[in-house]
Amino acid sequence: MTKKTAHEIMEDSDFKSLAGQKNSISVVLTILELVLYFGFIGLIAYNRPFLSSKLSGAITIGIPIAVGTIVLSWVLTGIYVRWANKKYDLLVKKVKEKVGG
Amino acid sequence: MQQTTIGQVHATSIIFFILFVLVTLGITYWAAKRTRTTKDFYAAGRSITGFQNGLALAGDYMSAASFLGIAGLVSTKGYDGLIYSVGWLVGWPIVMFLIAEPLRNIGKYTFADVVAYRLNQRPIRAAAAGGSLVTVLFYLIAQMVGAGTLIKLMFGLPYEVAIVVVGTLMVAYVLFGGMLATTWVQIIKAVLLLGGATLLVILTLSQFGFSYGELFSQAVQKYTDKFLEPGGLITSPLEAFSLGLALMFGTAGLPHILMRFYTVPDAKEARKSVFYATGFIGYFYILTVTIGFGAAVLVGQKVIMGIDKGGNMAAPLLAEALGGTPFLGFLAAVAFATILAVVAGLTLAGASALSHDLYVGVIRRGVSAEKEEVKVAKIATLCLGVAAILLGILFKGQNVAFMVGLAFAVACSANFPALLLSITWKKFTTKGAVASIYTGLVLAVSLIILSPTVWVDVIHAKEKAAVEKQIKDLEAREKPKIEAMEKEGKTLEAAREKTQLETQTKELKAAMPKAIFPMKNPAVISMGAAFLIGILLSLAGREKEAEDKFEEEKLRTYVGIGAE
Repeated sequence: MTKKTAHEIMEDSDFKSLAGQKNSISVVLTILELVLYFGFIGLIAYNRPFLSSKLSGAITIGIPIAVGTIVLSWVLTGIYVRWANKKYDLLVKKVKEKVGG
Repeated sequence: MQQTTIGQVHATSIIFFILFVLVTLGITYWAAKRTRTTKDFYAAGRSITGFQNGLALAGDYMSAASFLGIAGLVSTKGYDGLIYSVGWLVGWPIVMFLIAEPLRNIGKYTFADVVAYRLNQRPIRAAAAGGSLVTVLFYLIAQMVGAGTLIKLMFGLPYEVAIVVVGTLMVAYVLFGGMLATTWVQIIKAVLLLGGATLLVILTLSQFGFSYGELFSQAVQKYTDKFLEPGGLITSPLEAFSLGLALMFGTAGLPHILMRFYTVPDAKEARKSVFYATGFIGYFYILTVTIGFGAAVLVGQKVIMGIDKGGNMAAPLLAEALGGTPFLGFLAAVAFATILAVVAGLTLAGASALSHDLYVGVIRRGVSAEKEEVKVAKIATLCLGVAAILLGILFKGQNVAFMVGLAFAVACSANFPALLLSITWKKFTTKGAVASIYTGLVLAVSLIILSPTVWVDVIHAKEKAAVEKQIKDLEAREKPKIEAMEKEGKTLEAAREKTQLETQTKELKAAMPKAIFPMKNPAVISMGAAFLIGILLSLAGREKEAEDKFEEEKLRTYVGIGAE
């Protein structure tokens, strides 16, 4: 396979799909994280009674929601790594072969 | 449980601490033999695995202040402490999705490498080094002052001695062992801190039959339902939003964190390291919050606040109550190790901004021999070490709590916008980037100085205290009188006296020093302005050369071709 210039690679369908997929997943996950955290802050600012309501025994709903925000943030990074390791790296390999680098 | 030996020197803490110092100095000796080139000094020869870097990132981020501070906040304020801890984690996914891989692929040693990649090197490097140094210095001062105070509180060592010990050791790690030694100090510290906190949580939960339900129900019995409900932490939604922005995007602009991504061999390992780091940090905050609740129940707020008003000794007190003096000694040594590791990481980041960006990038216009750059980096390390010790002593007894907030505000306003725009936007120009960095830097610093946290609580602290005292005195004088009148049945007169007291209090309050800028955290304005200025100035004048290089950069961003 002949080497391609950076400009030719930009026009390559594999590179376009790789960049497009990476951008969408980054943007979608970033927005999810923003919604997750600012949703939590919004609840504290505007709906304290909900967070203060009892779940079971002394535990308020606010506690699993706060811990859930931490855990879900981590899960989102896990989703990204899973996607990148499974799909993105394959696409990267494909494009790299075309460049011959 | 009222008896505590905190503040005394324990054999166990000394033994653990000396052990830690010996092991880390041994590692430094080992690392020194492997540290010759700039790649070794700044980036540990890119030999760190994703998992190791995840631990090291967590080590950089989990400071003694956050461990002791959050446990203390939870033990004294309950649920509000939990809210606070969540904010410190949410920046990590942002680092992962937007920054980590492009940074690793495009840059070499500092984040300025990325911003300057297709722009005019010198102005960008100067500006970015400014943003890095301000962030690092404020963070460093906060850590040094915290270190001196904590060590005095825990070991009874004089403040200045503690500062000099911390400063000397951190310089030794960085100077001789570079990034390799610094990374392993971080890893050891992270393992010790996570292990110590886990053990403390297991001991705590064993008191409650390993049931969180039982822990919380006892907490509520002792401190009413309010303890598990949101309290006064968030008063204004805009303020909360602004703080949230600073925490989220500030993490992605911290030079000592960003620098860590150059220590792994490629983007894949960089991405893995964020996943591990986020997991470790999240786990650490959950442990810390549990420790806080445990301390509130098992030690009690009275005892905790009796030793330190801010509650900083909640975790050590709990350790002492559950594991006796040996465990307290162990935890004290871990806190000391934590401080050391964090300041070492900061020093290295500051030194690389001075040597790689300012000296080589600006003064030598990018041309410098390997040996010379390593030498300059080492001189910079030494200078920063001396500066850290002097600043630590200078700020003794000062209220420096705002400085970490300031570091995050500068990171998200000066560093993050330019970094993100340079990676993603073809039309970003040198003028736009330079203006964006300086706008963010100047606005973040000046607005915080004019904010209630500094203008009122630090600069006009005396006036504020004087007014508060006047009000207190007035109330102490008048209230008994009014109560006496009420008792005698003179309700009309009592009511008149009451309104008079209220107007007098109001008049006194009018003399209270007022902040010139009303918000405690300026991120929403300073970061917004940095983005806006960066975009507007770039649109105003095109930079053809930078646009031409964008394709090459893009290839590197996504595929890693040409990455070092």
